[in-house]
Amino acid sequence: MKRRLPDRHGHFGPYGGKFVPETLMPALGELEREYLAARRDTAFRAELDHYLREYAGRPTPLYFARRLTEALGGAKIYLKREDLCHTGAHKINNCLGQGLLTLRMGKRRVIAETGAGQHGVATATVAAAFALECVIYMGTEDMERQALNVFRMRLLGAEVRPVEGGSRTLKDAINEAMRDWTTNVRTTHYILGSVLGAHPYPMIVRDFQAVIGREAREQILKIEGKLPDLLVACVGGGSNALGLFFSFLEDPEVRMVGVEAGGMGLRTGKHAARFAGGTVGVLHGTRSYLLQNRDGQICPTHSVSAGLDYPSVGPEHSFYHDEGRVTYTSVTDREALEAFEMLARLEGIIPALESAHAVAHACKLAPAMKKKQTLIINLSGRGDKDVEQVAKIRGER
Amino acid sequence: MNRIDAAFHRLRKEGRKAFIPYLMAGDPRMDATVSFVRALERGGADLIELGVPFSDPLADGPVIQRASERSLWEGTTLRGVLACVRRIRQQSQIPLLLMTYYNPVAKYGEARFARDALAAGVDGVIIPDLPPEEAGGVRVAARREGLDLVFLLAPTSTEDRIRRVCRATQGFVYYVSLTGVTGMRRSLDPTLMEGIQRLRKATRIPIAVGFGISSPGQAERAARWADGVIVGSACVRLIEQSRGVRDAARRLQAFASRFRRALDRCRKRTR
Repeated sequence: MKRRLPDRHGHFGPYGGKFVPETLMPALGELEREYLAARRDTAFRAELDHYLREYAGRPTPLYFARRLTEALGGAKIYLKREDLCHTGAHKINNCLGQGLLTLRMGKRRVIAETGAGQHGVATATVAAAFALECVIYMGTEDMERQALNVFRMRLLGAEVRPVEGGSRTLKDAINEAMRDWTTNVRTTHYILGSVLGAHPYPMIVRDFQAVIGREAREQILKIEGKLPDLLVACVGGGSNALGLFFSFLEDPEVRMVGVEAGGMGLRTGKHAARFAGGTVGVLHGTRSYLLQNRDGQICPTHSVSAGLDYPSVGPEHSFYHDEGRVTYTSVTDREALEAFEMLARLEGIIPALESAHAVAHACKLAPAMKKKQTLIINLSGRGDKDVEQVAKIRGER
Repeated sequence: MNRIDAAFHRLRKEGRKAFIPYLMAGDPRMDATVSFVRALERGGADLIELGVPFSDPLADGPVIQRASERSLWEGTTLRGVLACVRRIRQQSQIPLLLMTYYNPVAKYGEARFARDALAAGVDGVIIPDLPPEEAGGVRVAARREGLDLVFLLAPTSTEDRIRRVCRATQGFVYYVSLTGVTGMRRSLDPTLMEGIQRLRKATRIPIAVGFGISSPGQAERAARWADGVIVGSACVRLIEQSRGVRDAARRLQAFASRFRRALDRCRKRTR
């Protein structure tokens, strides 16, 4: 049976919904109507396909990682090379879709939040290509650890506004973007970067990212003649993971694992493992698992990777977590850094620190699998942006 | 009739407009909040909104964001705010509303929150990130206890939403005067009159206007069309700029009387 999620109120079982100030409610309604019309419109779909192919460089390869496979001595490991997309991560898939929606709604200004800077860069890129005014909100802590991406966004003509409030990371950038949207909602579209926020965002972002899994499914069937045994992806908000998983949800033989940021270890409290350490609550317009204290205040999070450093998770993930369809786990900063270097040395591919979390966990699972089994890692982004930070951590600067 | 209904009923009979100041509970300390409420009441406030601090106040501008941070830093919790309300109730019968984001209420438990809030002496609750669509549980709990749940409307609200929200709201409807977050503005939104008139056509429930109203002059103009005026950031900023709690209380009382006089001028003019 084909799933119909979310329901028409934007709920994934008990999760999701629209918890936003009244000022934004009409805009969310308009966005939903416009998106549903666009989804049925063959001209819109053709235009999006055109940009995905000619501009973003899709389809991305499904690459057999021979040396990594041999080193681990278990399942055959494939990498879905989203790092080869234009701008260096899967984020462009969603930005192209929402950019075209912006034009369709007749708006001329876009805003976005960014953590690692990948979504900010993708938004700034699309804004340049579509001649839209663009403002990116970014926490000052993230601006420091992702200085290269700040420069890229400015080069692309976007204004990067530093966010000083709260923990000065992704969560606070979203707060500030939502305040901007509340103020300029009539002229501005908020390009939310993950499967987060109020309905219809989790649905829209998922649908635009589902191209990852559609391609991967076709590619693995062509190469291996069978479905994969396991999919592994990192989960911050969870858009790359859902993008890969979505086309396989109806195949019970395909196991899926989402990897959260274990930071310095779950026992230290310095992490972003929402499923292991969180409880259900409401943040940024949606009900989902959340790192919060007993008074319902949002807890500070920690991860070496800015893109996973967020206290909540996409509501659809919470639904699959409770259903048991997807397993969620975490790896620590240290494990992710090891995987970052291992992939560089064995395959000549430097992954984003976010994606390195998925690589790290796959490395734990692959040796216990049979050699004829296959595993796909979503390599959601490339690591150029992280090189300086990793050098700093290793004390080589 | 609860305290909120009684206040609007009395004001309407007298041809007067409600002055509703907002304070962040626990800013700078919880015992200060008790004396601030008393000061505002002496100055002529009709109802008072008490803010419950939240780590991610996305409907608030910088002034209330800072107050929220100060209050959390002092260790304020929803439970602590309810204790503060109990202390206020020993001295005052002024109608009190809590303004809180949804997550602290969800974490506290909706039914338990409604019960404890009413028992403490709270009359109504405003939850800016909880539209009627998602308010099912809170509405049931609030109705059962007799706690008013006040919903908001904004300049962007469609006719359809105006009808829906006016049906759901209790006590009064909170009209957000501008398209944006809380905070002081130089002038009133030019669409304010038109906006309030749209609501009047849909409901007979009192209309209170908030967001962006910071001076007695602005309050007077807004009150020509509305039944009440909510002043938040200006009030919070005055506390921020005061030298100590006693200085703040004294200034809050004077602040409230300036608004009281302005709103009462409005009564004479509209008669």
